[in-house]
Amino acid sequence: MAAPGPDTVKYGGNTSCVEVRLASGHSLILDAGTGIRPLGVLMQDDLPSEVHILLTHLHLDHLQGLGFFRPLFVPGLDIHIWGPTSPVQHLSERIAMYLSPPLFPLRLEDVPSHLTFHDATEEVVTIGSATIRAAKVTHQGPTLGYRIEENGRVLVYIPDHEPALGTDLSSIPESWVSGHGIASGAEVLMHDAQYRDDEYDAHIGWGHSGVDAAIQFAQKADVDNLVLFHHDPYHTDRELEVLLGAARAKWLGMEDRINLAFEGMTITLEGTSPVHVEQAH
Amino acid sequence: MSDPAVAPGSPKSLPLILARELASNLATPMFLLDAEGILVYFNDAAARLLGKQFADLGEIPSGEFGDALQMTFPDGQPLPLNESPAGIAFFERRPAHKKLVATSYDGVRRQYEATAYPLFGTEGEMHGVISVFWQDLPGEP
Repeated sequence: MAAPGPDTVKYGGNTSCVEVRLASGHSLILDAGTGIRPLGVLMQDDLPSEVHILLTHLHLDHLQGLGFFRPLFVPGLDIHIWGPTSPVQHLSERIAMYLSPPLFPLRLEDVPSHLTFHDATEEVVTIGSATIRAAKVTHQGPTLGYRIEENGRVLVYIPDHEPALGTDLSSIPESWVSGHGIASGAEVLMHDAQYRDDEYDAHIGWGHSGVDAAIQFAQKADVDNLVLFHHDPYHTDRELEVLLGAARAKWLGMEDRINLAFEGMTITLEGTSPVHVEQAH
Repeated sequence: MSDPAVAPGSPKSLPLILARELASNLATPMFLLDAEGILVYFNDAAARLLGKQFADLGEIPSGEFGDALQMTFPDGQPLPLNESPAGIAFFERRPAHKKLVATSYDGVRRQYEATAYPLFGTEGEMHGVISVFWQDLPGEP
């Protein structure tokens, strides 16, 4: 859940939402946590002609901001919502379980924008100047990671992931590691690192990673930059920095390329320039 | 079941990954086939009965695995691969259960009971077959 307050001012307390602006001008929004509310405000003055929201899964912390996403209320704006498949219920019906009375005052079909729902299968999809590939990953319930490629630059987003569940990441072959297929060789990997290692033991099977697993996964995937994501709502800014220190200590030589995600963070992958990952101040 | 169409080392599907994780944490003998019919894993409990660790065998076409086991019905008649529980699950896409006799890699011949069922994903796609088997011991319920 969201964790705003004086203890999370530096890294932020909103739940998952990342905007990817493509060279073509298209906007991809990864997850609709509470962070999508301020994003919607920022987008107001420069709305793209269509918006694509790529949901990794439908746990509330990744969906609860959608009803407060201002572009949803722009008449006729094309909004495409992608999410994990289900053999029993269409994506719109699953989202409507939350976005409808009594949990929300409006029904999904009443919003003024034009919504189109898509199953995010594991087939490659082209949106604007990027190709996107989804893959099912280990988490509670149907959950996806996304690989976004544009002009040879690769961003991978796996915010909720427990690849070490029931296995030893250090010894298992790469082909048997959940998420490895899409994360391999990523220039930037945004990955679940919710728990300190001493906390993870009490949360095995909860669907999230300890720092050790996040690092092992990133190493196995041979990524260039790792952004630690999905901060525990009980972690203060100071505790996050302890976690960051622990992560950096596990991957010597990569210290300056392991960073904590923070609200308002910008990551630039443009042209042939080196990736720039903003750090919190 | 044909030669592997998917190169060894290519990413495994999530259901197969989870099935392997389940199998590796159980003392119940289990083996896994992927969607191409390749034997992709068996756990330590299975290895004890098969007389070989999976790491020493590696991924092989299930036909080759079946040939090595020299499977028969309990009456001694040859049991073709496509009539074995795993074969039925793979080719006919339905669960199956049988008693059978097989020879382990270390030459020991044992009678087993085996249950196999296909693994289908949320989009209806086939991910493989999971087979649970156990030694059928006389006097055991």
